[in-house]
Amino acid sequence: MTKSDEITLVYSHEIPARQPWSGVVRKGQVLRIIDTEGQQAVDTLFYRLDDFGERYSAQDTLQAQGSAYITTGSALISNEGRVMLRVIADSCGRHDTSAGACSCESNTVRFGHHTRFEHACRENFLLEVARHGMDKRDIVPNINFFMNVPIAPNGDLVIDDGISAPGSYVEMVAEMDVLCVISNCPQINNPCNGFNPTPVGVRVYEQASA
Amino acid sequence: MTITDNEAQIAENRRRYEALKAAGTGQAPKAMPAPTTIGAAPLSERETLLRETVPGGWYANYRLAAGERLRLTNIEGTAAVALLAWNAGDTSERINHADSIKIQWTAALAKGRLIFSDMGRVLLSIVEDTSAGHDVLAGGLNAAATARKFGAEPGLRNTRDNMVLAAGKFGLGPRDIPPLVSFFAPVEVREDGTLAWREGTRRAGDFVELRAEMDLLVAISNCPHPLDPATVYEPGPVEVAILPAASTGPEDFCRTATPEAVRGFENTDAYRRALP
Repeated sequence: MTKSDEITLVYSHEIPARQPWSGVVRKGQVLRIIDTEGQQAVDTLFYRLDDFGERYSAQDTLQAQGSAYITTGSALISNEGRVMLRVIADSCGRHDTSAGACSCESNTVRFGHHTRFEHACRENFLLEVARHGMDKRDIVPNINFFMNVPIAPNGDLVIDDGISAPGSYVEMVAEMDVLCVISNCPQINNPCNGFNPTPVGVRVYEQASA
Repeated sequence: MTITDNEAQIAENRRRYEALKAAGTGQAPKAMPAPTTIGAAPLSERETLLRETVPGGWYANYRLAAGERLRLTNIEGTAAVALLAWNAGDTSERINHADSIKIQWTAALAKGRLIFSDMGRVLLSIVEDTSAGHDVLAGGLNAAATARKFGAEPGLRNTRDNMVLAAGKFGLGPRDIPPLVSFFAPVEVREDGTLAWREGTRRAGDFVELRAEMDLLVAISNCPHPLDPATVYEPGPVEVAILPAASTGPEDFCRTATPEAVRGFENTDAYRRALP
């Protein structure tokens, strides 16, 4: 988006640290996600609004673009092979879609059994999709905006310190009506949130029709 | 909590993460076994519960009891096999490719590695593998992508539709189909992020052997991988064998290779002990 007089803010919300959110983005509208304080992973899923069975697919997205990270120009592809949204601006530079969302259960394997009763993204996702009549089977590996997960040629994969500065944002234009579901990641056992979860902003803009 | 307490907690959490990272990325790969030799442990010398060939383009589905092994053999070296697995007792628990790679600090599946469910439990152990060239990132082709890659000849089979069919024959629907893993698909991530196919690494006779760590429903699809540079649609056949369960000792490599494997099996064993 370039000129502010061509767009209208139609929705604005601050997601508190560790909390979920969901909302509708209509075809043609622009969704902006803001990493308000920096280094905050924003776990994000998309569902086609009139058929939740069609949803974001990390593998179809990477397959279509032939590369491992999300940034400006990435088309976010559904499990039916359709473009759901396109990333049109990105002041951070790189986002993950390979490492999925944290869960109480995987936390025990990754960080030790003492982490079982810590809040996790999969808890946020399950509560939020349940509000829309969905269940655990509808939760699939997601996009992690502002999460830095380099993958080396030998396969090594680490969750590294975030590279997003305070106020970093990513924008995507919807190519179909979608339900966006977000978990503002509560993880404190790795650097994806700088070990200190913080709020993020969500904006939806209407573009002036050409 | 005061600001000072919070900073101390952050520092402690970072210290613990760095220790886990050092263990996961440093020690573990050194401990991984060498690939299996092609031709090792021939099926002709082993008892099999099932032995069949899945032609190129087709799918198949199997029920595995805990402990049974699924051997997939790339007969001509031109096949790639996409695989999904569900907990037979609760199909909402299923393969989670993202958890599998994040837990193990690697996107490289190979002998000694594990495939995890979304519930922090182990579904499959890779107990034998000759090739170490597999993919978890790029998924499978659907009908439209198959037509773009190979031309619009009608009837070319694809992994997406195969998985809808294979899941359907377990009574499962499209919502039950998560991202998959692909064997015999040597994909790497280059420094610039590009997904690349390592040509010349697939060989006739390559095989993987996967041990079920709980009762499973398994679906496989034998269609061309999205990154396979072949321009002609001619995936070769795959031989599928199911081998009976053998006893697993406390020193079993897959169960003990890494601290993450140990904890994953602690979760899995506790779940299985509590089953009726």
